[in-house]
Amino acid sequence: METQIQVIDRLRESFRRGISKPEQFRREQLNSLISMIRDNEELFLKAVHKDLNKPKFEAIMSEMDILFNEAHYALSNLKTWMQPEYVGKNMATKLDDCFVRREPLGVVLIIGAWNYPVNLTLIPMVGAIAAGNCVIIKPSEVSAATESLIAELVPKYLSQECYAVIRGGPEETKALLKNRFDHIFYTGSQTVARSIMQAASVHLTPVTLELGGKCPTFIYGKVDFKAAAQRLVWAKFFNSGQSCVAPDYLLCSRATQDALVPAIIEALKKFYGEDPQTTPDLTRMVTLKHWNRVMEQLKSSKGKIVVGGESNQEEKYIAPTVVVDITADDSLMDQEIFGPVLPILTFESLQEGIDFVNTKEKPLALYVYSDESSVVRKVLEETSSGGFCSNDGIIHMAIPTLPFGGVGVSGSGSYHGRWSFETFSHRRACMMRGWALERLNSLRYPPYDENKLSWLRWTTSPKSSCNIL
Amino acid sequence: MSREQLVVERTRKAFLTGSTKPLKFRIQQLQCLLRFITERRKDIADAVHKDLYKSEHGTELFETLGLEGDIQLAIEKVWEWAAPRPVEKTLLTISDEVYIRPEPLGVVLIIGAWNYPWAVTLKPLVGAIAAGNAAVIKPSEISSHSAKLMEDLLPLYLDKDLYPVVTGGVTETQELLKQRFDHIFYTGNCTVGKLVMQAAAQHLTPVSLELGGKSPCFIDKNCDLNVACRRITWGKFVNCGQTCIAPDYILCEASIQSRVVEEIRKCIKEFYTEDPKTFKDYGRIVNQRHFRRVVALMEGSTVALGGDRDESQCYIAPTVLKDVTGTSTVMTEEIFGPVLPIITVSGLDEAIGFINEREKPLVVYVFSHDKKLIRRVITETSSGALLANDCLVHATVSALPFGGVGNSGMGCYQGRHGFDRLSHLRSCLIKKLNMEAVNSMRYPPHTAKKMGWVRFFLFNQVSVCRLRRMALLTLVTVVRFLLYNGSYQY
Repeated sequence: METQIQVIDRLRESFRRGISKPEQFRREQLNSLISMIRDNEELFLKAVHKDLNKPKFEAIMSEMDILFNEAHYALSNLKTWMQPEYVGKNMATKLDDCFVRREPLGVVLIIGAWNYPVNLTLIPMVGAIAAGNCVIIKPSEVSAATESLIAELVPKYLSQECYAVIRGGPEETKALLKNRFDHIFYTGSQTVARSIMQAASVHLTPVTLELGGKCPTFIYGKVDFKAAAQRLVWAKFFNSGQSCVAPDYLLCSRATQDALVPAIIEALKKFYGEDPQTTPDLTRMVTLKHWNRVMEQLKSSKGKIVVGGESNQEEKYIAPTVVVDITADDSLMDQEIFGPVLPILTFESLQEGIDFVNTKEKPLALYVYSDESSVVRKVLEETSSGGFCSNDGIIHMAIPTLPFGGVGVSGSGSYHGRWSFETFSHRRACMMRGWALERLNSLRYPPYDENKLSWLRWTTSPKSSCNIL
Repeated sequence: MSREQLVVERTRKAFLTGSTKPLKFRIQQLQCLLRFITERRKDIADAVHKDLYKSEHGTELFETLGLEGDIQLAIEKVWEWAAPRPVEKTLLTISDEVYIRPEPLGVVLIIGAWNYPWAVTLKPLVGAIAAGNAAVIKPSEISSHSAKLMEDLLPLYLDKDLYPVVTGGVTETQELLKQRFDHIFYTGNCTVGKLVMQAAAQHLTPVSLELGGKSPCFIDKNCDLNVACRRITWGKFVNCGQTCIAPDYILCEASIQSRVVEEIRKCIKEFYTEDPKTFKDYGRIVNQRHFRRVVALMEGSTVALGGDRDESQCYIAPTVLKDVTGTSTVMTEEIFGPVLPIITVSGLDEAIGFINEREKPLVVYVFSHDKKLIRRVITETSSGALLANDCLVHATVSALPFGGVGNSGMGCYQGRHGFDRLSHLRSCLIKKLNMEAVNSMRYPPHTAKKMGWVRFFLFNQVSVCRLRRMALLTLVTVVRFLLYNGSYQY
């Protein structure tokens, strides 16, 4: 059994030998990754079902297909992404070749999360492989069945010289972080992220942190309540609210709340039936610890439950729950809920709602439901968040051309599609100067004088390239 | 409450008024910054002369010229950079707006360096202003005259609440780093860079670190040594070698070592006269601590030319060391002074091996007429940047990202890259509440049929452009068909 250091050294040696760099190799590995998921689809579905009671539909949509999509997208675009990017020059450098080259960083570490254990571990890996790196993945031990499966299958399908899975809990991760990597990609909580960035600072390792926060949802102005409620309910209770971009809480006026709550109840009934505990389409809390945390938050709330509230400890089940009469200091507003509980705060005006949200940390996502584009625009312009989606929820994550990431304490850096490739690449500025025209260079050599300087002012100005040529 | 805490709070308050959001405001501030540089050119040159013994022309050439260009570019381009950037959509989002919206981060801390006290401190500020941020500027206390001038004069030109200058040494910087920022931009050395990142970790603040390293310079024995050495001499001894992208050391075959030394000797005489000490365009080491550091580095190596020094003036003559090895004292750290070691290698293979055994530098330089050789250096080494057949000038091309990798830094800036680095690129998906029927396929209760539809719509990477092309192609085909049909009749 290899130690962590042995694994890292082995991958570093492979990188040094250039094994992971050729385009052909990257394509083969991406295709192998696709085969790994495709050949073992049933096993993956079983594993995420065991970990989270995840229904097949959710698993396919948010774990498998999204991964296929990313891998295919990378394969289709890899050649373009790997091409040098030629850039504009100034007059003094007109005859030179200036381009930016995307180069692999080296050995990168990806620490996955448990809520979408396949997606959040392997989608970053797609980008890391596409960018030509050697990769160590550390899946979350909390989603134990998926961790086990990934650890078993990755060495079978992907090159063992360049890619490795390291398993373990907090102690093993702490030890792993003492080592030097060329990039660390972490998905998880803010607390752990701080220690990861601290550990990274020792080696000057750049980090990408995909964190979370309380994602607010505004509902103001004229609204089609039925459509809004359905989309909201879908986005909130997908994976039982255990999504970093799940709408965490709602803001609306009292009148809107009165119209919205029946529509939400209607949607819940339609989606999950009279007794949500019996539907196969609802996941469970990942562990008892997480179940306890959400239940504690709910029990301490001073709000009124209008639907849901039922739970079952043995099953780690919490019914889709909506709570009204929530104030800013309620227990449900303390921390990210990450569960199937939706608090509603009422602010009579949109401005009050916006001002409230702006007193809080920048979230990973921010939503607004309204038929009025002026409402949407106002929220967009007066708030900040990782991503923004109007009249729907979480779906912006599935668009590979949009960078997925946070801002402030919800994270730094981004990925998906080309953004993953860029995250795991170094953009190296390259310039090939000619040997001729050395006499022109004498303008810059000492002794300096006003005449030389005025020529240089002209030749190096960015305007000179636009005006003359 | 400390002074630093007060300043940061005031800056944040000023940012939260929203005054930096309108592009007109940002442009106006950039114009003020430009006016500052042009109106106070003489004052700036005096300060830099006191700090680094740089001549007035030298200051303009290496500090303010590039800075003015950067500001003018930002003024011209900020409308373009700040505009929403539409992206390719999926089939399901075809009727939605999908774009990236560049937004300000908030309050940025810029910690400058002493070697180019104006360029290195104010260039990141250009990006910060253009991106709509407020910024706390902390110039290096080592270039104390420039720091004082910046502190006194900048508030007369820029909004003093949004862009305050905070001077001070280590204690003041540490106090600043305890505060919360939305981005920290640091230029300096690795040791402090680590401390900056560690401090930033407390608040999960992203950082840009422009550090340094030993930038190697490989000279192919078959190249035009006269031209190569002119460019290298210039690149090395500008600012007395105190440039993060200066060629730190030379790698070449033993057979050309003496010629290289000879060519450099000629260039030094041409650029800096027989007596560089009395020549206005040759600088000084910034202070005695650095002077002693650089002198100590020369220990144990053979001086091929130069070597004279005068501690009272912090003067070190342009110096070349020969027959240096990988374990010589001068190879233990970045020189950051006018000392150029030559290490002989058996050829390109050994040179590449030598470079790769060491930390990734800010730049790799290679001088050769052979494109294949240059290609090998590009593909077999890693560095912030690579420049073939010249020194330093890649930093003048604003379209090229300027930054390091590994120990030489993280993040990049210059031109649009500075704007993007100090912005938040917010993903936006603007949908309407219509077409709800389409969504029903993703709602529970889940069925296999619904799954099929979702798979088709959500994950079909049909680009809008491709759809348009298909539509156009169909139209063209139909028209041709009609025309042909028509032509048969005639």
